[in-house]
Amino acid sequence: MAERRKERLDRGIKVRTEGLYALTSWREMFYLLVPRVVLIFGLLLSPFFLEMYWQRVLCQAGIYALLALGFDFLAEYVGLVCLGGAFFIGSGAYISGLLSAKMGWAPPLTIPIATVAGAAISTFVLLPCLRLRGIYFAIVSFMFPLLTVYIIIALNIFGGTEGITALATFPNIWVDQYLILGVVIIALFAMRRLVTEDIGLILRSIKDNDQAVKASGISITSYKTKAVFIAALIGCFGGAYLSHLYGWVGISQFALDYSILPIAATVMGGMGTLVGPVIGAFILTPLSEALRGFGQMRVVVYCLILIGFIVYKPEGLMNVLQRKYHQFEHWEEV
Amino acid sequence: MGEEIFLRAQGITKSFGGVMAVKDLSFEITRGEILGVIGPNGSGKTTLVNLITGFVKPDSGEVFFKNKRITRMQPHKIADLGVTRTFQVMRPYHSLPAFKNLIVPLNSPRIRRTRGGRLGDKDGVAIDILEEIGFERDAYVPYKIASSLPLGYLKRLELARCLALKPEVVICDEIFSGLSMSEISTMVPLIEKLQMEGMTIMMIEHRLRELFRLVNRVMVMNFGEKLAEGLPEEVMENKEVREAYLGTEALPC
Repeated sequence: MAERRKERLDRGIKVRTEGLYALTSWREMFYLLVPRVVLIFGLLLSPFFLEMYWQRVLCQAGIYALLALGFDFLAEYVGLVCLGGAFFIGSGAYISGLLSAKMGWAPPLTIPIATVAGAAISTFVLLPCLRLRGIYFAIVSFMFPLLTVYIIIALNIFGGTEGITALATFPNIWVDQYLILGVVIIALFAMRRLVTEDIGLILRSIKDNDQAVKASGISITSYKTKAVFIAALIGCFGGAYLSHLYGWVGISQFALDYSILPIAATVMGGMGTLVGPVIGAFILTPLSEALRGFGQMRVVVYCLILIGFIVYKPEGLMNVLQRKYHQFEHWEEV
Repeated sequence: MGEEIFLRAQGITKSFGGVMAVKDLSFEITRGEILGVIGPNGSGKTTLVNLITGFVKPDSGEVFFKNKRITRMQPHKIADLGVTRTFQVMRPYHSLPAFKNLIVPLNSPRIRRTRGGRLGDKDGVAIDILEEIGFERDAYVPYKIASSLPLGYLKRLELARCLALKPEVVICDEIFSGLSMSEISTMVPLIEKLQMEGMTIMMIEHRLRELFRLVNRVMVMNFGEKLAEGLPEEVMENKEVREAYLGTEALPC
């Protein structure tokens, strides 16, 4: 039997749309705009096609999308595998919950403060571990949410196991949805920009070869700190938002789901694409809800879908889609 | 202008477990000089580079740069003072185009200071540096992804990354190894030109013929100790050096 292989060739228009040449014609600009417009409007219009229940799920998915975006950024562009997503969510949620309950401040005030303060705390906590790499950083970052839960229970602070209830919520479900969707879109495009700026290049260099970066007279710790702060900022916003979404803060906000699901979303969506993990989160979160009908079998089905993805499409959804969009493919006899 | 001592090591010692990698080593490099460091495999040359540039902390002894103690300083602080190095095992920032590899040093505090905080067209500066070091701009070599470059260009890129930092001392850890004769013969004038421009260079090398053409002085190391030091011809006349380094009485070239 003759051997076959798949030949892939870049479409001419892909090359023509790189750099300034994209402005030469409407067709080129259209080629660049279509995927972005589809994504943005797809997200922004989705609430109109959903029932109340699924609109809630959409808000959840948005939080996971933010975490996945931060995870992908740290793992692929800085080389830090951070399993501390739950810590970002938890610290953001508790800070905005406390400000809201104790000080009586409104969400427009508590969310920005909790985002920045939560990110600062998360970064401070992770600071001693920044010299660790690979699995060691992953393990340490994984421990922090667990640790915090037991501190809260043991000392019975911040409401202990009961949590803090009766917080201010958003006026209606539309604010809920458009706040998170807007932030997801802004965070996504800001992040894509960031990784091509000089700071992004330096971070990628640290991932490739941190020794050479040191030999170039640059402190890698200060850059890693900045990177963790950026990722924590996104995550802590998710937490602060979550506390006002449900009007409640509790230890379940340090749950493992917030550390684990973003990884699954990143693997499914395509590591290093930034947009892939966001799409992955918007697929996996509703999927997890839809599988509730299976009862106990839910986790099994969920895992099978994930395993299928890892085995058959390890490069992730977004990489496959990009390839289809940018390249001709055809089978060729060898 | 007298003999200004730029880099000075005083009795530096480093052991890994039971192995003495560098033992009580002292040496000096004067401004504008090229010092060659040779020695058999495992004689502690690369450890010496690591000790000077702060990647490894010495057990005892001191290193001075322009009479400032740099022992136990962080590597990036030492690089910031102007002592930089190439790596024997080249790992470029492989996902970036060659010229973007220089964006890292061009963003360093050292360059920021010298340019008064205004960095201007960094891509342009990077490409100029690369072109000077032999990346043919017309052939679009500076724009190629670093992981796709052949060895000769990677060695140059390694050197370019040092030079982009506008250093005062460059320590080259085997930048000729693995290169063909013709590739080396294009690298040699580069080093000569650097010296003409007043750069102080320390070269660790196995290729003696090319090295001896370039250097002012040679230091020979064996088992972490200094065996001999002096002019290239003097050193090669030394019986101990011949025995340790060559193992035979034959001349190397």
